[in-house]
Amino acid sequence: MNFASLDLQLLNSCAALLLLVSFAMLSQRRVVSLVNLLALQGTLLCVATLLLAWRTGQHHLYVSAALTLALKVVGLPWLLHRLIRRLQVYWDTEPLLDVPGTMLVGLVTVVFAFGLAQPIAELASTATRNAIGIAVAVILLAFITMITRRKAMSQVVGFLSMENGLFFGAMSATYGMPMVVELGVALDVLVAMLVLGVFFFQIREQFDSLDLHHLESLREDQ
Amino acid sequence: MEFVVLLATPLGGSVLLALWGHRPRAAEINVALSLVTFLASAALTARVIGEGNLLAGHGQFFLDPFNVFLVALTAFVGLTTSIFSRPYMRVEIEHGRINARRLRLYHSMYQLFMAMMLVALTTNNLGLLWVAMEAATLSTVLLVTLYRTPASLEAGWKYFILCGVGIAQALFGTILLYFAAEKVLGAEGVSALLWTDLAAVKGELEPTVLALAFVFLLVGYGTKVGLAPLHNWLPDAHAEGPTPVSAVLSGLLLNVAIYAVVRCKVLVEGSLQSSLPSNMLMGFGLLSVVLAAFFLWRQRDIKRLFAYSSIEHMGIVTFAFGMGGPVANFAALLHMTVHSLTKSAIFFAVGHAAQKAGSQRIEDIRGLLAMNPTIGWGLMLGSLAILGVPPFGVFASEFLILTTAMKQQPWATPILLVALGVAFAAIFGRVQSMVYGDATGRRLPHQPALLPVFTHLALVLLLGLYIPPYLAEWYRAAARMIGGG
Repeated sequence: MNFASLDLQLLNSCAALLLLVSFAMLSQRRVVSLVNLLALQGTLLCVATLLLAWRTGQHHLYVSAALTLALKVVGLPWLLHRLIRRLQVYWDTEPLLDVPGTMLVGLVTVVFAFGLAQPIAELASTATRNAIGIAVAVILLAFITMITRRKAMSQVVGFLSMENGLFFGAMSATYGMPMVVELGVALDVLVAMLVLGVFFFQIREQFDSLDLHHLESLREDQ
Repeated sequence: MEFVVLLATPLGGSVLLALWGHRPRAAEINVALSLVTFLASAALTARVIGEGNLLAGHGQFFLDPFNVFLVALTAFVGLTTSIFSRPYMRVEIEHGRINARRLRLYHSMYQLFMAMMLVALTTNNLGLLWVAMEAATLSTVLLVTLYRTPASLEAGWKYFILCGVGIAQALFGTILLYFAAEKVLGAEGVSALLWTDLAAVKGELEPTVLALAFVFLLVGYGTKVGLAPLHNWLPDAHAEGPTPVSAVLSGLLLNVAIYAVVRCKVLVEGSLQSSLPSNMLMGFGLLSVVLAAFFLWRQRDIKRLFAYSSIEHMGIVTFAFGMGGPVANFAALLHMTVHSLTKSAIFFAVGHAAQKAGSQRIEDIRGLLAMNPTIGWGLMLGSLAILGVPPFGVFASEFLILTTAMKQQPWATPILLVALGVAFAAIFGRVQSMVYGDATGRRLPHQPALLPVFTHLALVLLLGLYIPPYLAEWYRAAARMIGGG
């Protein structure tokens, strides 16, 4: 086996691990572990970006790897852990669907994602085109995580995981977006988290809880 | 130069107002900043009238017939809303609904929101368009929750999560668009997301990828337009936030979102050479019109009532863009303009009416004409205008859309007519009960600013009777550019 294919294999295993982490997120009920999984996902993303940067020699990928490291591996998980400690939310309540059920839905979703990504992967000229299906799967699994959870914190982790999937998709299909867009997206995510922090405290102040069933009073006929 | 002033004034203003805090005169500074922004937009508009399309900032920003009038409209409604919000917010403070400290957040975020909408409208870069749309959402989340009531927090959370997820779909769509563009324009970067460059090569873009991209972009930006069935956040966010915020959300943000959808549609249609984008727009549009018209009957909150009316009108615009062709596009652009002016005028009147009654419930609001004739007439005329009574501008645009529908999509005409009729009955009945009757409300500690209401309504009336030639020329040029049909 030559060296060039070794780093491609490493990249592909990163992609596979990303998918695995997404499944782990789907089944995880402890909010702290969920945030740790998010950090792990960020780390894998960062490693994959670095490998790709090294392989293709595209300098802007180094920048986005650094951005991923700062924001998704260190910054956001730190912020979320802090929020969890301050707000004392450790467990998610029983989700809308039990674990085996969610897993089954997840499996079907992955098959669907690969079907969806098929036409894109065929057209892509990047070395990582096989990973596009995985990126779509990560996005959709994160979407399921968001739908099936009741705690605000878990929904947010799902949201960030979706963001990771999008980022991975952009990377594997086109070696990343133009720098100005990538910076803008990163800034938006960061601001979103800050807004969220403020928001959580407001919810807590009002309801003494972060359980979203309090937020179900607005109905159509009010 | 004007570009810099246009974008830097609200952006810098947001920082300035954050630093200025709750010292006196913050509201006046807010008005002054909006005025400068409006003057810059007027200067830019004059330049476009004289020189034609503009390109600035290494091609990153541009003005063409499609966005120039939207920029002017956004800056104008931004100005009138800031004038309206000055006495409105003072009354809210005296009624104890917010404190002076929160006003700092309000003013700062208001300017940031304006800045982000103007960036979204003028940017040539589809990636930047996405970034600005997301930033506009984030700045308004905190505005919706300004009162910190349980209901407003719920509305804010819904808004944040639904629009966040929606806009993530739009990002995926943008990535796919970039993927297709890169094949044609080359990887060297930035130009692969520039709309003008993409429009030049739209015929060569890969159709399968663009079709997929359009689905994601439509769902993503469509969530922000409030298209059914993705509209759930809209009535809550409109009803629970402060009224000036409802006015700019309804009058401006929805326009910006639909602008994004149409920009994408032009590219996709050019590549696909099929009617898929048109059919999707027509389907979503019609569904929104019908659903909103029937939900109007169930509303007991006055701001929710007009929020559903916004969904209905956005549905009409989307449907018209879906039909395509010079006339339907022209009518859709006109409808965007008059809806924006009318709906913000209605929200101004509604805001003061609700303050006088001390409640947003329709049954608690009575006798507006006896209590304060200007508010009463403002609400009455505004409602008649939005319901499409001639000679207001909404009548002209709806008439054009309906007659085009009869020619191009005859099956849709009865559905549209029934929905419009249902909406008419629902809104007219409720407004009548609020306007007539004996006066019951309280006196407001500050004189409401009603000049904006009547300025807007006068403009809508004017547009119904006479459209200035350069405006008509922009509409026509933009309609040609949007194509379809």
